[in-house]
Amino acid sequence: MEKEFKHIQAAHCENGAVTSLLRYHGLDFITEPLAFGMGSGLFYLHIPKITINNGPAVFYRTMPGMIFSNSSKALGVTVNRTKFSNEQKAKEFLDQKVKEGVPVGCQVGVFNLPYFPPEYRFHFNAHNLIVYGKENGNYLISDPVMETVTTLSEEDMIKVRFAKGPLAPRGHVYFPENVHPVSDEVIKNAIVKGIKRSTFIMLRLPGGIVGVAGIKYTAKQIRKWRDKLGPRKAGLYLGQIVRMQEEIGTGGGGFRFLYAAFLEQANAYIKNDMLLSASEDFTKAGDLWRESAVQMGRIYKGRINNEQKDFEVCADLLMQISDIEKQAFTKLSKIKF
Amino acid sequence: MKKEEIPQDKSALENMTRELCYAKNADGKYTTGLSTGWEVKKDALDNAWDDIKERIEDARKAVKNGEKSPIHYFMELRLMDMMILKGYTGFWGFSIKRHLKPAVFAKLGDEKLKLYAKAFEVSLEELKNFKG
Repeated sequence: MEKEFKHIQAAHCENGAVTSLLRYHGLDFITEPLAFGMGSGLFYLHIPKITINNGPAVFYRTMPGMIFSNSSKALGVTVNRTKFSNEQKAKEFLDQKVKEGVPVGCQVGVFNLPYFPPEYRFHFNAHNLIVYGKENGNYLISDPVMETVTTLSEEDMIKVRFAKGPLAPRGHVYFPENVHPVSDEVIKNAIVKGIKRSTFIMLRLPGGIVGVAGIKYTAKQIRKWRDKLGPRKAGLYLGQIVRMQEEIGTGGGGFRFLYAAFLEQANAYIKNDMLLSASEDFTKAGDLWRESAVQMGRIYKGRINNEQKDFEVCADLLMQISDIEKQAFTKLSKIKF
Repeated sequence: MKKEEIPQDKSALENMTRELCYAKNADGKYTTGLSTGWEVKKDALDNAWDDIKERIEDARKAVKNGEKSPIHYFMELRLMDMMILKGYTGFWGFSIKRHLKPAVFAKLGDEKLKLYAKAFEVSLEELKNFKG
């Protein structure tokens, strides 16, 4: 394989990994929004009673790897995935792939990722980057959230691939196999599958803490935080939500705009005005997610000078978002594909 | 969000990259644009760091006052919680909890301390001699 690997910047690292790897293997139609939509990347979960990083346990993303697995499967692509218990073997495997000229995705922790600014280096272990070569002992890296390509030393590579803690990557390497050209029919089906899965997740999963119901649950909690935790801690909780929501283009607003873009692109394959109408809804939802972040920001920036009514505004915005997304997914669920 | 509304605020991403955002162009179609940062996010990140610095300072004092062992301080310094430290050292949670006590820490052998030192990326001496 003497094809040249092309770096593609994405809003979200996993979407980016899917997009550039599949494009490398000849699936030129794939875009980040399509990968995100086919992979059913939209998600919401608020786990009650537990805290993460001293804040509420709100999740805006599906399990790492799901976007890649879902979208590849729908397109008939197999993903080869390998994890390792031994650092040396993990290195040998990666070097072998580099030698073969096969670009591969790696799951890494960002705490020791040297090209990230220190402010962003938390123990987050589900970042994705692509290794597409090696020069002078350094790996050539295409990190999907970066504008340009970069490099990593062998030593740093082992560190980030063997970061420890929740979602530890354990050297996880993945790459698509047996990629054949896909017909428009297959693309259509993949789009429909992705929409149906997201509709199920966001509307129908029971428990009241997932999807649109989960967003309402968070709204209700926010109304209680100030009394329960005191103004300062309640403000920090909101800060945590904003970080989870908007970090490097993901989660709240960013994901809604991506989904809206997905539906717009889907309409090119499956002509249906409902797709465009739902796309408009998600644009509106995205704008409101951003507005909620601005409102939360006003609170945590003031830290102490916050009042209950300010929290109520945040909660009301989330209620409104939940209604709009419910309406959008209901529209999508009524389309007869 | 319209393309011209993509925020261009100062952030920690300066000199590293700009973020890709999806937004609508003048014709109402989705396109992408680059953002240097967003003040709202920067404030959230700054706040989180203020909180972390406070926790590190509290941990330092706790070691100084003989309430906690140096492990507690380095845990906070390296932003680690129990789950992460368990992963890096291989110790059980209840062992780590015991090692947070100064009296237990004082009796720990070098073999065990080396695992902690490696996890925190400090030398054995730094770990042993940290007084707060």
